[in-house]
Amino acid sequence: MSTVIKVENVGKMYRLRHSSGHRYKTFREEIVGGVRSVFSPGKNSGTTEEFWALKNISFDIKQGDRIGIIGRNGAGKSTLLKILSRITDPTEGRVSIKGRVASLLEVGTGFHPELTGKENIFLNGSILGMTRDEIRKRFDEIVAFAEVEKFLDTPIKRYSSGMYVRLAFAVAAHLEPEILIVDEVLAVGDAQFQKKCLGKMEEVSKNDGRTVLFVSHNMATIQYLCNQCMYLKQGLFSASGNTQDVISKYLMESVETGSADLRNNRNREGNQRITFTDVSFRSIGGESKRSLQCGEDVVMDLHFNVKDSRPVNGLHFSVGIDDHLGQRITYFSNEITNQVFSNVESGNYKVSIEMKKLPLKQGNYSYTLFSTVGGEIADWVKNAGSFFVEAGDYFHTGKLPDSDQGTFYINHSFSLNKE
Amino acid sequence: MSADFDIIIEPKKNIGHYWRELWRFRGLLYFLAWRDFLVRYKQTVLGVSWSLIRPLITLVVFTLVFGKIAKLPANGIPYSLLVCAALIPWQFFSNAFTEASQSLISNSNLLSKVYFPRLLVPASTLLVAIVDFLISLIILAGLMMWFHFVPPITILLLPLFFLFALMVSFGAGVFIAAVNVKYRDFRYVVPFIVQAGLYISPVGFSSSVVPEKYRLLYSLNPMVGIIDGFRWCLLGNNAQIYMPGFVLSIGFTLLLMIFGIKYFRNFEKGFADII
Repeated sequence: MSTVIKVENVGKMYRLRHSSGHRYKTFREEIVGGVRSVFSPGKNSGTTEEFWALKNISFDIKQGDRIGIIGRNGAGKSTLLKILSRITDPTEGRVSIKGRVASLLEVGTGFHPELTGKENIFLNGSILGMTRDEIRKRFDEIVAFAEVEKFLDTPIKRYSSGMYVRLAFAVAAHLEPEILIVDEVLAVGDAQFQKKCLGKMEEVSKNDGRTVLFVSHNMATIQYLCNQCMYLKQGLFSASGNTQDVISKYLMESVETGSADLRNNRNREGNQRITFTDVSFRSIGGESKRSLQCGEDVVMDLHFNVKDSRPVNGLHFSVGIDDHLGQRITYFSNEITNQVFSNVESGNYKVSIEMKKLPLKQGNYSYTLFSTVGGEIADWVKNAGSFFVEAGDYFHTGKLPDSDQGTFYINHSFSLNKE
Repeated sequence: MSADFDIIIEPKKNIGHYWRELWRFRGLLYFLAWRDFLVRYKQTVLGVSWSLIRPLITLVVFTLVFGKIAKLPANGIPYSLLVCAALIPWQFFSNAFTEASQSLISNSNLLSKVYFPRLLVPASTLLVAIVDFLISLIILAGLMMWFHFVPPITILLLPLFFLFALMVSFGAGVFIAAVNVKYRDFRYVVPFIVQAGLYISPVGFSSSVVPEKYRLLYSLNPMVGIIDGFRWCLLGNNAQIYMPGFVLSIGFTLLLMIFGIKYFRNFEKGFADII
């Protein structure tokens, strides 16, 4: 198979500008400086910091490959896609591409709310690179896929958000480029439509032999669609190759970091009468764990700190667990279990949540931490971290339900009686 | 080996075959213009007729203010016709220039999510302005019939002068559009240029009222040569072209267009990063 994308030593640097605030400029200096910088942009006063969003990226992609790109937020996935789809320039290196490229970095790019569904199909199609004849040829298919026949002449500002997404994806799904670049766009719409999208993606990539690059945080989708995988970490190549191996490596590492430090997490709310500092997992015996296994007993330790000189009363904790789709699947709270803590003096503590026989199926989960003191929010960290649950012998039979049969397990038994 | 590849992406290197690429994306040019045109009069009662009403009102006001109140000379031509022949290219310039200079910013979501030659965005606004221009020609034709005015044979040269108007609007619009991406100040400068330009260009009066010694200086405004040209084409010998000034205007027009496009192309590839 021939190479269709060749990436050699690509890097992308952004300049972060820190304004030098301590020196005031006169209005005249501002104007003169401003006019000067219009004609020679780049030479700017103030300190700038170089930030490499991507560095030393090299790889080859062969025709028909389906490549998954994974990594945490800010790892450079989207930047890489933007370079490959020519939206932005690399700072160094070289990319060579053979064939027509279509990129889908957002659902409904260029949709105009005032235009009707029909008008938007043509507009969006042409923005994504289809010719008018191609759109006309596939128009009926697109409309049928989006299930919006009745609303073709309605301005899409009156569409429900579901209809909007369906229409947008339908147009994109009917592109026929040789290389398709897709950023995380499937994580929208209802479950049924997601399934339909996934099927369409599969059809496009597997059956038509097209080259697909696909960014997602959903490992199941990547596993399902991609035959190869790349793992980016802070702008660098961390691993690439067989999808399963790369995903395992990613999950291992993300679990490590997932149960890490919360002290520097600024994405939090509350009066901070208590502050979460760390989250860790262990077995009941005390052995610390990097990944969990379904069916085993687990303890989740929330480490926190009380700085207040007054003792803290009415201390509530709750933890929400989300699956990889961001769906809340369960919730722990000491208010529900009637175990509210009081009279907690300043110092470092941990509160432990014991879970018997973990019923979660294999996958990545994230958690949100929430606490109140005397009814007021003390510390609230959304998506504080994540953990991975490996498949385990939940039923002690060596068997598990198929992965598309539900999201959790319930211990059960069957019996047969004659009536 | 690298000869097999269709696209080579390297830093600071302009895409080869720039104009061929532009041609390949011509369908999008049409669709962007079509969108802007459709959107503009959605949810209006009068719809496209606004394209007629707006210049008509300006025409009436200018005829009254300059012809009836200020009583400026018209060289024997009905004053409203004198104004109309100038108002048409001016309105085209002001529409095309204003829209083109804002076009990149108002399409920022497209620029940061899809690739296409960026020049298409300001170019599509030009297309919309051309449609408006054609519509406004109806007013002119109506006025000519009203006054039983038979246009001279020079009217055949009108497309040439229109081409100059196109070049000024595009050159200036594209330049401001590119600068506007980084320095939003120009959002406030553009309306000012258009407003002031209306009064310092010979729209409401004939450029012959400008004293002889200032005429060359006056012609630095490229619209002066173009408006004079329009009047000469449409109204014949009653509206004379001041030749040295005209050459200067047209020269400046060409320069503006070349500079505008060059500047745009230099910064084109960085738009997505800073918009």
